[in-house]
Amino acid sequence: MGGVKLVATTQSFFCTRVQWALKLKGVEYEFIEEDLRNKSPILLKYNPVYKKVPVLVHHDTPIAESLVILEYIDETWKENPLLPQDPCDRAAARFWAKFADEKVVFGVWTACTMEGEGKEKAIEAALESLAHLEKQIEGKKFFGGEQIGYLDLVLGWIPHWLNTMEEVGGMKLLEAEKFPCLIEWGQNFIHTPLIKECIPPREKLIEYLTASLSYLRSLAAKKP
Amino acid sequence: MMHCFDMLYSPTLLETQYQSNELQRETQRDAYEFRKLGEVKVLGASLSIFCCRIEWALKHKGITYEYIEEDLRNKSTLLLKSNPVHKKIPVLLHGDKPVAESLIILEYIDETWRENPLMPDDPSEKAMVRFWAKYVDEKCVISAWTASRTKGHEQEKAIESTQESLKLLNKLIEGKTFFGGETMGFLDLVVGSLPNWIKFIEEFVGIKLFDTKELSFLHEWAQRFTEIPIIKESIPMKEDLLNYFRAQQNAK
Repeated sequence: MGGVKLVATTQSFFCTRVQWALKLKGVEYEFIEEDLRNKSPILLKYNPVYKKVPVLVHHDTPIAESLVILEYIDETWKENPLLPQDPCDRAAARFWAKFADEKVVFGVWTACTMEGEGKEKAIEAALESLAHLEKQIEGKKFFGGEQIGYLDLVLGWIPHWLNTMEEVGGMKLLEAEKFPCLIEWGQNFIHTPLIKECIPPREKLIEYLTASLSYLRSLAAKKP
Repeated sequence: MMHCFDMLYSPTLLETQYQSNELQRETQRDAYEFRKLGEVKVLGASLSIFCCRIEWALKHKGITYEYIEEDLRNKSTLLLKSNPVHKKIPVLLHGDKPVAESLIILEYIDETWRENPLMPDDPSEKAMVRFWAKYVDEKCVISAWTASRTKGHEQEKAIESTQESLKLLNKLIEGKTFFGGETMGFLDLVVGSLPNWIKFIEEFVGIKLFDTKELSFLHEWAQRFTEIPIIKESIPMKEDLLNYFRAQQNAK
């Protein structure tokens, strides 16, 4: 079961979630760091549709889109299953993963990038989406139950990336009184050894997010 | 040595092992059969390109269900209770368990009722199906919808994006009978009524999205797909959509 490559960047949590999955399954892989400002022929060959990271390449077959990759990993390497067995529980995990990527990530990033009037509304929307997650983790150690599972990996950006986005974006979202369960889950998750070893250094992440933010704001300023 | 050999291959040990495996298989079969039990309901809207996917999947598997038409301007208590997060259709109710989001419902159906599978077995082929299903919903549908609701530069961009995404689907179906191979599968249900819906948008809004010559493989696939009996009886046709939305417009 060799021949596993991961075309990715260290800063992107979409890529880190794939690394986490591979490590939890004990799969050895080659990490190929991509420069997104100067995309390599490898990336363009393996993901011609989106030209984005992460891309998992297994025996020269590329798989793109992080949620699709996670399911592929779970189905190919059966040890330490990530998704639950029961179809209903699987549907719930998939539902919340989609919600997390479409609403929570988007909501938090929008709150981060917005300036002026729109920022308050964007923060409110982000808080609303986070409240759903707080409800889901209540009474549980991990979203996967006693062990880290699929949904923990999908939401795994929250403990490390979210507070960096708060700092760079000049806002506070994850307050202790409002999100005690989510914060506690975050601490349990990020301090798990296999998880901790993949997270990018905070200073690098701040640098990366600040640059992304400036770039996006400069694009917005140029719009008619 | 002889003694160990006898122990390893003694009839009693083999029998016990067989009984244990058989019990495990029986437990798994019981669990599978149990999971299939329970009334099935679909909360939907008859012209929705997302809802028809669900009904097709259930019919393909021979599952009896009750269809409940939702009035989206006056959402029912059942819908709001079953999908409190998005308040959208379709929702599948299996017993008392709701499942929302059409692609997730399709996977749930395929995993709960394993006859006439929609997904391929091979993980890399499954990944391809999931990738393209996501692409249909995130690129084709969103672009076409945006093109129908915007003007000027934003509309131009959306038209271009729709045309590009349809070209990719056209390339994907080239040389195949169905996206699922010789018989229809998951991706066929997902792409499903997209051509009809896009042609409806073209006529309703007065823009060009679907070039039949350029998208000849996709066009031919759409014709084959629509001829399948369970599809034919319920696929939203361009005329149905035009009649409905023109009536809506006139009512205002």
